[in-house]
Amino acid sequence: MDNAINIKLRIWRQAGPKEKGGFVTYELQDIPTDTSFLETLDILNEQLVEKGEEPIAFDHDCREGICGMCSLYINGHPHGPATGATTCQLYMRRFHDGETITVEPWRSAAFPVIKDLMVDRNAFDKIQQAGGYVSFATGGAQDANAIPISKVAADEAMDSASCIGCGACVAACKNGSAMLFVSAKVSQFALLPQGKVEAKRRVKAMLAKMDELGFGNCTNTGACAAECPKNIKLSNIARLNREFIGAKCSD
Amino acid sequence: MWLTNSSVGRKVVMSVTGLFLILFLTFHALMNLVGIINLKWYDAVCEFLGANWYAVLGTLILAAGFALHIIFAFWLTWQNRKARGNDAYSVTKRPKTVEWASQNMLVLGLIVLCFLVLHLFQFWAKMQVPELMGKTVLAGSHYLGAVFSHIWVVPVYLIGFCAIWFHITHGFWSAFQTLGTTNDKWIERFKCIGWWWATIVMLMFAAEVIYFAWYFDAFKF
Repeated sequence: MDNAINIKLRIWRQAGPKEKGGFVTYELQDIPTDTSFLETLDILNEQLVEKGEEPIAFDHDCREGICGMCSLYINGHPHGPATGATTCQLYMRRFHDGETITVEPWRSAAFPVIKDLMVDRNAFDKIQQAGGYVSFATGGAQDANAIPISKVAADEAMDSASCIGCGACVAACKNGSAMLFVSAKVSQFALLPQGKVEAKRRVKAMLAKMDELGFGNCTNTGACAAECPKNIKLSNIARLNREFIGAKCSD
Repeated sequence: MWLTNSSVGRKVVMSVTGLFLILFLTFHALMNLVGIINLKWYDAVCEFLGANWYAVLGTLILAAGFALHIIFAFWLTWQNRKARGNDAYSVTKRPKTVEWASQNMLVLGLIVLCFLVLHLFQFWAKMQVPELMGKTVLAGSHYLGAVFSHIWVVPVYLIGFCAIWFHITHGFWSAFQTLGTTNDKWIERFKCIGWWWATIVMLMFAAEVIYFAWYFDAFKF
């Protein structure tokens, strides 16, 4: 086949959270370049099952870049070498024939490995539960156009809301900081009138939860934004800082 | 206290002390410049900043700024190492937009700290300290000559300035980012201002060291 490649996959295998892990290299022949990276792992897993070996555990769900379930640290980048794309949107044409591709799980103390390439990202859910929502009294819903919102604010909020909570920011950060995630979640509400009501309580609660769960301190390297599959901007972190400092000063 | 028990608070301490130290360096470079113009005036500046109450107070505030910045740096780094976890990545790549300095601030800071200790031994320990202990000290230019007549001082100081330059090029905009004063436009603007600020101040220092070394005959063998 003309556009098929032979590759070596150097994959982190770890039987369980407490087990010691290590790399195992697998060879794959004739992988069409228009195969997605996750499909390649599926092919490998089928071969492993046929041989009676344990298939590789990895997270995936929608396979269209919106659910935030896929992870994988591929050749030194969260979600692989493509920018603005998740692992499921990564295709084998990004790699060349004979290449050894190193695949690792997200590494952060707050994201412990469950098995192989799968990590526990429950910490993000806990941060969201701490304040990543708008609470309101139920009743007759207001007309959507009753609250005027500027185009600029609406666009910014929408951009921030595009965060899928995959954890690539934490995986990319040398400090294991979750600031880009938290800042996106805080920003999407802080920019809108509906979210401003609880803004102070929200930012304090979410940041306190982030610190409590053992994420690191942001040192503004910008690796998070550079690796984010949804291109969440670094300016969100400034907004989070602004909101937090403002909330603390008004206490 | 949110300045110590929240991640953003600790970073606020780093940014405020960092900006204060940048201001100090700027004034330091400007005061040295007086020495190039006229050594008599330089001696007057040294005398003014001797053991007077305002100079001692200033020194104490400055020392507190340095101490906080250094202590918090170690504290934050320790926490961040812990947050990173025990297993390191086998393959890592630095994205193009990530500055080298931003990922090596502690190492750069340690180089600056070594330089600072040397610098304090060479000047502060011979000028303000003995004066505080009631001893008489000579004019400032005397100590300038004692240090810069040695050729080895020049490369050592230039290495120190390089480390500070890298440290500030990241630290400057990072401080404003931490204080929440940036947005999409101002992140780039602060990066630009920080680059020029660091470059101009460090070039002033470098020029001063080279001038003093030349003036005090360090280059003559």
